[in-house]
Amino acid sequence: MPNVLVFAESRGSDLRKVALEATTAARAFVDASGGGEVHALVAGPAGIAAKAEQLGKYGADVVITCEHAGLARYARESVAATLAERAKQGYRAVFMPFSANGRDLGPRVAAKLDAPLGSDATSVAMSGDAIVVKHPGYANKVIIELTITGPLAVISLRPSAFTPVEKPRAAKTDSVQPAADPGAERVVVKDVVEGAKGKLDLGEAPVIVSGGRGLKEAANFKLVEDLASAFGNAAVGATRAVTDDGWRPHSDQIGQTGRQVSPQLYVAAGISGAIQHLAGMRTARTIVAINKDPEAPIFKVADYGIVGDVLEILPVLTAAVREAKKGH
Amino acid sequence: MKIAVCIKRTPDSESRFKIAAGGAGIDESGVKFDMDDFASYAVEAALQINEKQPPGETIVFAVGPDAIQETLRKAMSMGADRAVHLKSDAPLFDGISIAKALAAELKSGGFDLILFGRHAFDSSAGVVGTATAEMLGLPCVTAVSHLEVSPGKGSARREIEGAGEVVEFSLPAVVTIDEGVARPRYPSLKGIMAAKKKPLESKPAQVGPVRVSVKSMELPADRPPGRIIGQGSAAVPELVRLLQTEAKVL
Ligand SMILES: Cc1cc2nc3c(=O)[nH]c(=O)nc-3n(C[C@H](O)[C@H](O)[C@H](O)COP(=O)(O)OP(=O)(O)OC[C@H]3O[C@@H](n4cnc5c(N)ncnc54)[C@H](O)[C@@H]3O)c2cc1C
Ligand SMILES: Nc1ncnc2c1ncn2[C@@H]1O[C@H](COP(=O)(O)O)[C@@H](O)[C@H]1O
Repeated sequence: MPNVLVFAESRGSDLRKVALEATTAARAFVDASGGGEVHALVAGPAGIAAKAEQLGKYGADVVITCEHAGLARYARESVAATLAERAKQGYRAVFMPFSANGRDLGPRVAAKLDAPLGSDATSVAMSGDAIVVKHPGYANKVIIELTITGPLAVISLRPSAFTPVEKPRAAKTDSVQPAADPGAERVVVKDVVEGAKGKLDLGEAPVIVSGGRGLKEAANFKLVEDLASAFGNAAVGATRAVTDDGWRPHSDQIGQTGRQVSPQLYVAAGISGAIQHLAGMRTARTIVAINKDPEAPIFKVADYGIVGDVLEILPVLTAAVREAKKGH
Repeated sequence: MKIAVCIKRTPDSESRFKIAAGGAGIDESGVKFDMDDFASYAVEAALQINEKQPPGETIVFAVGPDAIQETLRKAMSMGADRAVHLKSDAPLFDGISIAKALAAELKSGGFDLILFGRHAFDSSAGVVGTATAEMLGLPCVTAVSHLEVSPGKGSARREIEGAGEVVEFSLPAVVTIDEGVARPRYPSLKGIMAAKKKPLESKPAQVGPVRVSVKSMELPADRPPGRIIGQGSAAVPELVRLLQTEAKVL
């Protein structure tokens, strides 16, 4: 009967979707392992408790809140200490998202507890006394199955690999104080520079339109943005060639050394399809490629390829997508 | 500044992978190995800091089998001053156990800054740097895309989903390096010659107990072969039709 402690991530005064994913994953893990309890811990500013209640809907038996004014921004040392303190109370595993902050937190918590850590899992299950996870390594080119032993393990979960499922419980509530003063952080957040308002994150967008050097110059990215806005639910990505040249910020880069994404639809415009780029997007459900070179490697993975000039095709595609969306 | 950089030897990212007989590892025949990409950015970042703000010393550390000495030499041919090989033949998928070996070695080194890659190509885990920091009791900033340090303090930017986080911290500190901080230089011929004479110390690693081990490896399912549906903007109506009726994403 394993009990799991979930780090339910928040940003500002809101829960993140990955919090629901981790809670869902923990519920399924516990239910598949003979039953047990899921306790979800949320750390944030005053008021976060009200938002945390919904975690019961996704299978949390206990919702633990840690409210403190100093937790409005990410207080890595305080949150790690608070999670580790709680994790000592008889849990088999701590689950958290492999998000930017979850990646930061996981090793801190594991080191504090002297527990093994399984990163970026796409599946997790008990196998005898051990926990077995699957994790795409080698930049997504090899699926590694890892056996994790010991009485307590930290597991981080690949964002979007687990879909939130409602399994309502009448969750009990609990609250804890930060185990370390958020005011005493040695790493102080000076600023959080938000991207454009309403902009979808690459990791969460159902559609991604990406541009490469085939767009010829930075100004032509307008064509990529226009297509993204025609879809309405799309984010804009880029190749390293483009981020190197400063046409787009590094945070837009898709690939081995950028973001790794699995959207429903990925449109590659003027992208050659280098192996390092494919490492970031080959798990997209549907891939569209537009490239003037019929031999470009991107056509080997594209479900639908069009050979031709991106500068000519993108505006026509944008208009057609707008038209199709209207029909709905 | 006295800067430590921890580096790993990993298969070259251009490699085509096959699974080895036994199914619990990759087939290494024909695979080129090199310094891990993010670790090479970390080496470059350290060299640039010490070039801009001399005097300084850059020391590279690696836990692994003897073959890793070649990677340490490469770092010295880029410009690192000396290297420490922590010898271990244990499998390298348990980041916490590797961090223990590095923390034991780095503890009494008196470093101003300790750099790591944000994650290694093979493990793709992002554990070792942050866990080492925790074991050393040092402040730690992860996955930074911009880094500035001056005596006693540093500032950095890291990308979080949809935003950039700007932080300040005191030194000594541990920083894990993302792309964007520095693109690694190629070793010059002079650097390669000089590296042959630089000190490389080898000693047994004090790796912790291994609790994360590979059960199996497999290649992901292939995508269906690509298909070209047409030429130029004349193909757009067909594309839209396929997106609506076949892919159902529109
Ligand atoms: C360690 C390492 C890590 C890397 N990490 C990444 C990563 O994370 N992400 C990444 O993207 N890359 C990465 N790269 C770089 C990668 O190898 C490629 O250099 C890069 O992806 C190429 O970008 P591109 O497709 O925009 O440019 P190019 O390769 O120059 O391709 C441009 C394409 O546009 C086409 N084209 C030109 N004009 C037109 C036109 N008018 N209409 C239509 N098509 C046109 C051309 O036919 C060509 O195929 C990495 C490389 C290394 C060594
Ligand atoms: N065996 C090792 N020896 C030295 N440094 C390592 C080793 N393994 C990982 N690292 C460092 O830790 C970073 C993150 O590795 P990982 O936690 O495996 O993703 C790498 O980019 C290296 O900087």
